[in-house]
Amino acid sequence: MKPAPFDYVRPDSVAHACELLAADEDARLIAGGQTLVPMLAMRLARPAVLIDIYRLPELSGIRLEGDALVIGATTRQMHAERSKQVADSLPLLARALPWVGHLPTRTRGTVGGSVANADPSAEIPLVAVTLGAQIDITNPDGASSMPADDFFIGPMLTSVMPGDCVTAVRFPIWQQAHVGTGFHEVSARKSDFAFVAAAAQVALDDDGRCIAAALGIGGVGDRAIRLDVDGLIGERADSAKLRDIVAAATTVLEPTSDLHATADYRMRVAVTLGTRALQDAMADARGDARPNSGHHA
Amino acid sequence: MKATLKVNGRTTTIDVEPRKTLLDALRDDLGLVGSHAGCEHGVCGACTVLLDGDPVRSCLIFAVQADGYEITTIEGLAPAPGELSVVQDAFCETHGLQCGYCTPGMILTGHALLQRNPDPSRDDIVDAISGNICRCTGYGQIVEAIEFAADRLRKANAPRDLTGSDANQPHVDPAAATDAPQQGVLEAAEADTPHGGRS
Repeated sequence: MKPAPFDYVRPDSVAHACELLAADEDARLIAGGQTLVPMLAMRLARPAVLIDIYRLPELSGIRLEGDALVIGATTRQMHAERSKQVADSLPLLARALPWVGHLPTRTRGTVGGSVANADPSAEIPLVAVTLGAQIDITNPDGASSMPADDFFIGPMLTSVMPGDCVTAVRFPIWQQAHVGTGFHEVSARKSDFAFVAAAAQVALDDDGRCIAAALGIGGVGDRAIRLDVDGLIGERADSAKLRDIVAAATTVLEPTSDLHATADYRMRVAVTLGTRALQDAMADARGDARPNSGHHA
Repeated sequence: MKATLKVNGRTTTIDVEPRKTLLDALRDDLGLVGSHAGCEHGVCGACTVLLDGDPVRSCLIFAVQADGYEITTIEGLAPAPGELSVVQDAFCETHGLQCGYCTPGMILTGHALLQRNPDPSRDDIVDAISGNICRCTGYGQIVEAIEFAADRLRKANAPRDLTGSDANQPHVDPAAATDAPQQGVLEAAEADTPHGGRS
């Protein structure tokens, strides 16, 4: 057996889970376990207690609340990927989900788990930041919510405090008539960690002019970042300015070099993929046939 | 700690440490060694099993978490002792394996794909097995095996339109009775073509 020994408990409510979590600083929550179990196997994590929240009914499911689609933390990535509600209301998330891990990890991996894990190259946090999602958190003192941009601090670092449990992610739904999305990613192998990922969502008016635009870049810095592309407002899909707007916006990125890709490469790819994602999103919003393609370096 | 597992239709309760993965429990406690231990940290796919029909990595779930699911291992795919499932047989036909280490995971992943999508494109197949590593075949014959199995499953027991041109088509190839005994038992691959591909 590879992991160090631990005790295993399955609480019957979120409140009970938070109590257990707050009572022992060596306790960890486990849901899908697709990141935590490898860390246990390599003994990078050695919790004394694993608190299994995977089957708590109150944490699972997808529901509409006002202008937001609320996805329970332990909703499996696979179920979100197959959800008609997600496809209809959150096309950007629907487009990004097939890029998350592999099917056999999406089967157990959860939406909230990916958010809580805060990998800088992860797709679900990227979509959350791009759309300005809210992260719901419960602890023994009660429930609260914070914007995704405040939630993610750095690589595998979040604002979650000891005793906190992420309970749901609230993705805002754009209500405009013509909304389109685009998603591009470069990785070494299919569904491997992204060197760069770009997620874009735009809304056009009836004349095809942009009235709202969001672009997020993941994998480049220490967390996913939403860029300022408001320069696109009023522009059309064939705008020659598009690439310049993205290039100007990406100057805020702080790319890092590693074994797989240099900072310079990441920066160039961010501009290219960001431009493509926006072009795709505009074409999608106009109802054009739009290829969605990935790239493997 | 007690764990009640329903594996290949049979329910068994075992006593395991919480840190024992489902993979280790299947192999050590239940004697089902068809699920292979490769990387044991969720990278290679050799340990793939089906949970309620969907592929999962059995090294990334603890046995104590696996109660209440219908668990299917490679041993549970064959329709009867000594027989192979259509997907298993397709892997034999197309030489979709060499050393065999990745094969149970590949077959279960392919099986799960075909349960959801009877007519997958090559890209669908490549995507489905992208989480399973094979170091022998170069994947070409594995993809071919799943394409072949899909084709067979689509054709097997396909309903016929009795008012259209299918109406007078025989359900059994009338020549099979004569050409099969004379020329030996048809390979399953040949049996799919008229007269086993023989004129």
